Amino acid sequence: MTDTVVQSTADAKAAPDTMAWDSGMRRLMMIYLPLGCFVLILLFPFYWMAITSFKPNAELMNYKEHNPFWISSPTLGHIKHLLFDTAYPRWLWTTMMVAIGSTTLSLIASTLAAYAIERLRFRGSSYVGLGIYLAYLVPPSILFIPLATVVVQFGLFDSPLALILVYPTFLVPFCTWLLIGYFKSIPYELEECALVDGATRLQILRRITLPLAVPGLISAGIFSFTLSWNEFIYALAFIQSGANKTVPVAILTELVTGDVYQWGALMAGSLLGSLPVAIFYSLFVDYYVSSLTGAVKE
Amino acid sequence: MSVTTLSSPALVQRQPSWLVRLFDYKPFLIVMCLAPAIGLLAVFLTYPLGLGIWLAFTDTTIGRRGVFVGFENFQYLLTDPLWWNAVFYSVVYTGIATFGKFALGFWLALLLNNHFPFKSLLRAIILLPWIVPTVLSALAFWWIYDPQFSIISYLLVDVLHWRSSNVDFLGSPWPARFSLIAANIWRGIPFVAISLLAGLQTISPSLYEAAMLDGASAWQRFRYITFPMMMPILAIVMTFSIIFTFTDFQLVYAITRGGPVNSTHLLATLAFQRGIAGGELGEGAAIAVSMIPFLVFATLFSYFGLARRKWQQGESND
Repeated sequence: MTDTVVQSTADAKAAPDTMAWDSGMRRLMMIYLPLGCFVLILLFPFYWMAITSFKPNAELMNYKEHNPFWISSPTLGHIKHLLFDTAYPRWLWTTMMVAIGSTTLSLIASTLAAYAIERLRFRGSSYVGLGIYLAYLVPPSILFIPLATVVVQFGLFDSPLALILVYPTFLVPFCTWLLIGYFKSIPYELEECALVDGATRLQILRRITLPLAVPGLISAGIFSFTLSWNEFIYALAFIQSGANKTVPVAILTELVTGDVYQWGALMAGSLLGSLPVAIFYSLFVDYYVSSLTGAVKE
Repeated sequence: MSVTTLSSPALVQRQPSWLVRLFDYKPFLIVMCLAPAIGLLAVFLTYPLGLGIWLAFTDTTIGRRGVFVGFENFQYLLTDPLWWNAVFYSVVYTGIATFGKFALGFWLALLLNNHFPFKSLLRAIILLPWIVPTVLSALAFWWIYDPQFSIISYLLVDVLHWRSSNVDFLGSPWPARFSLIAANIWRGIPFVAISLLAGLQTISPSLYEAAMLDGASAWQRFRYITFPMMMPILAIVMTFSIIFTFTDFQLVYAITRGGPVNSTHLLATLAFQRGIAGGELGEGAAIAVSMIPFLVFATLFSYFGLARRKWQQGESND
């Protein structure tokens, strides 16, 4: 991906930049100015979140004497309160476990399904693929009420295990489609060679197809992790006790108390809850972009 | 194919165990490979979907099995001003937010399609609103919309002196509705922009060169090359966006919980309020089911968008 960008930059320098209408000033007004506004607006809530979490309460509630865009005396009080006076570490831990569990489960299920659909090619395999794609279009908002009764029937109500089992409903369709795309890009001849050499289908999957599909697996994995970390409606509907809640639900239901909102603590909680995905994201940016666009293009 | 390979003398001599042979038997392997995915989806997606439709025709409450009541729930909803209100706001919310997301997102994609330094870094930063948990950024918006300490009010009143009093973002119906729509647009722009950017990059530069040689203006190049070439991907991204905006839950639940005086309820939040919080599972399910006709419409739209794209560009594996 980087290669193509570099190359197209080189191309652009050669040709269209020399056009008369593309003068520097015009470029500034038409490209950099709007881009700057977009970035400013898209990032401002995060800046505001971050700056609020380090402001002492006195500054938070007094814009007359303190410039709200800056902190005069930063404090770690909100974060300390969060880590030591609330169950926040516990919520983080639960969220992490749920995200890892559901990601693993969906990766296994969707790798096998994608392999069967794309490589074992049977009658009606394209319909199975289409069916799984359609499953992606069923939004959680119409499922959570009946799912709540199903979860109760299974005796999983108020258990993080319910979330691990339910999240694959939106992860598996996405991952399967992503992986079908990846498997498609692996030359079938490789598998034929192995087949001729007497390898079994499972050996082929493990030794040939999977190693070649590692970028796809990483994309699917980090995407699933983020989606499960961010999930809200199921976690809100299926988990009742404070200790088992995931971070997004817990902040909204446990930290928002009474009429006076503890904005410092709330924002610190949001910041800490966002950081793991943000860090994760920054490590794998290219995979994110390619899976996002790959899934759309498929 | 595998069967013939297996029966070849070379393999038989090696005597693979019956388990290995079973797993190499193609129909069995197909079933085993599909079982986990199909099983999960059947138990936790298809079954609940059917169950939800069934529940919508019963008077089930939490802790009590309901009996079949026919269309009673739906008849009740049709006379319920709150449901009509939620339908109205869901449509307004989806309409305005989708328009905003696509207008701004397309613009951002076109901007990002230019060449400038630190492009990939910028692209990475722009996706942040979409990566971060929605509820958490919604909380940040809630704080930005605070009646007393809103930073926007501070800017408008104390810095720019455009207004004399603080903006009441969430206190009355219409401002609250538009504040939520703004937050939704903010969250949706990155996804739209990055997906459309991918589409833009697949358009061959030679088309633009040819058009420029023919003397096409920038607007004409956009109108007759970019836009038609982007149509298929626009259709798909828009379908996704419409489905997930119409059924949105998190933003509204986090910022207003449907208030003030129930004016910002979407169908999903109303279903949650009646079904889970209020315990009227049957009625909640009926509200959720009433979203389905709209979603079916959007899905068909997506399907035909997809079909047309395959016909246009053939199968490419990028």
